[in-house]
Amino acid sequence: MGMTITEKILAAHAGREEVHPGMLINARVDIALGHDVTAPIAIEEFRKAGGRKVFDRRKVVLVADHFTPNKDIKSAQQVKIMRDFAREHRLDHYYEGGKAGICHVLLPEQGIALPGDLIVGADSHTCTYGALGAFATGVGSTDLAAAMLTGELWFRTPESMKIVLTGKPPKWVSGKDIILYIIGRIGVDGAAYRAMEFTGAAVAELSMADRLAMANMVVEAGAKNGIFAPDAVTEDYVKYRAERDYLGWASDPDARYASVLEIDVSEIEPQVAFPHLPSNVKGLSKVGSIKIDQVFIGSCTNGRLEDLRLAAGLLRGREVAPFVRLIVIPATPEIYRTAMAEGLFDIFLDAGAVISPPTCGACLGGHMGVLADGERAVATTNRNFVGRMGHPGSEVYLANPAVAAASAILGRIAGPDELKGVHKL
Amino acid sequence: MKLSGKVWKFGDHVNTDLIIPARYINSSDPDFLAAHCMEDADPDFAKKVRPGDIIVAGDNFGCGSSREHAPIALKAAGIAAVVARSFARIFYRSAFNTGLPIFEASTLYEAVREGDEIEVDAERGLIVTRGRDPQRFAIEPIPPFMRELIAAGGLMAYLKRRS
Ligand code: SF4
Repeated sequence: MGMTITEKILAAHAGREEVHPGMLINARVDIALGHDVTAPIAIEEFRKAGGRKVFDRRKVVLVADHFTPNKDIKSAQQVKIMRDFAREHRLDHYYEGGKAGICHVLLPEQGIALPGDLIVGADSHTCTYGALGAFATGVGSTDLAAAMLTGELWFRTPESMKIVLTGKPPKWVSGKDIILYIIGRIGVDGAAYRAMEFTGAAVAELSMADRLAMANMVVEAGAKNGIFAPDAVTEDYVKYRAERDYLGWASDPDARYASVLEIDVSEIEPQVAFPHLPSNVKGLSKVGSIKIDQVFIGSCTNGRLEDLRLAAGLLRGREVAPFVRLIVIPATPEIYRTAMAEGLFDIFLDAGAVISPPTCGACLGGHMGVLADGERAVATTNRNFVGRMGHPGSEVYLANPAVAAASAILGRIAGPDELKGVHKL
Repeated sequence: MKLSGKVWKFGDHVNTDLIIPARYINSSDPDFLAAHCMEDADPDFAKKVRPGDIIVAGDNFGCGSSREHAPIALKAAGIAAVVARSFARIFYRSAFNTGLPIFEASTLYEAVREGDEIEVDAERGLIVTRGRDPQRFAIEPIPPFMRELIAAGGLMAYLKRRS
């Protein structure tokens, strides 16, 4: 019987010919990831279990990205636990300060996460690496501790859900809109415990940035992982970055799926997820007039160079509306430097934006842009739960970077087409 | 393993930001986390909750981030168990790994009110409501090794005890 790409990767890492949905397996991991929020607990658990050595110092990756540069004493203590551990175990991949970026953007960019890998991370958006054709899933800190210690972890083989994408996306419709649209259709647990496999003719047209944003948000539908089979776009992205060899798997033609969902992306318009669930989406034309206080462009969903270029293209020669704050956070040092070299920072600064060093920051209401009671933000992030970006009485609307930029200029949720009459400086 | 306690009810899709808001996870101290547990749903929850109380919720409990601070906060706040219609995947693993007992029950949610007393029998796979007209609900029993794991206080303590 045929297997899906997810099943093949799991089988290969479990040393089996075949796995099928529901099967419990013990599998080898290629990367075990933790960050400043989840790693300190994992490190404590590692020690509780009597751990003295990590299974492979090249494969344990620790990134200080959430509350860094350390926003207060508590955060500094957490990062110190991680730094001491990285030093003690001589980890190859420890990132802090000017080397650190948001983990899920950094790992693909640095060629650490690769096609065919089995990756676990103590962060729910670890599923992002599925864009490269890896099996990647979020786990808790204790699971991370077990993986750091043994290099293995148990898994229940998920059923797969096939998402067939056809058509050509209209202007201003990105991967972010496609995944928001899908979450809106199936709900926040519509893919619970499953693998979401993206296929169809439209996939070839999706850039790696689009795919990463889509795989990033599959957890918002409850999925265990999201995956794209590697193709020419993947190869282009990976070949000069990869730090080791990698493997491209693909689903068999007779692989079995729990369900199939067909989506014609040419019928999608830019999507906005209303508070307080990512599934609460509306097409931009149905949003109405919603005034906003803050716009945040960044995060592991949309803090990539492509996103910043798109936003800058609209902000060039225009200004952020009075009493609206625009915060831009390039996700990694490489993106930061390139955006600066390309002149994007001048555009952002001229428009009145704040540019922060790479960090999760505002995405989780940590620092660098926390909301007050009653404030509304448009964010290019992935979650709009109660209190996600600050006060429990604040509101977060999720959108793509073009909508975010247009909204910043107009002071209300708006699409880029509405900027036509807006004078440039 | 038998647990009995007073019910706190929450709805569907209780996410980890609600269980413990991100603004507090710059610490992993269980007592600090417990003090802010469920704060955005009910600012006084941590003050009102008593050791042994049980949370009853709808679908997809624990969705959202992977923060293990969520089961840790619940446990440290005194919550003895969570009974939900369903759980989000990462929370499900982490609850067991941190020694917080959780149970899936499809129809209990409609049958109980906040403040009711219920008894959970993890070995027999049964929940019984207390009061004049006791009702019984079947749950999946927790297998012996998982009960040992919970008794040890989590996966790592359990592994250490066994090694
Ligand atoms: S950017 Fe936001 S969603 Fe992504 S890892 Fe950081 S906090 Fe989590």
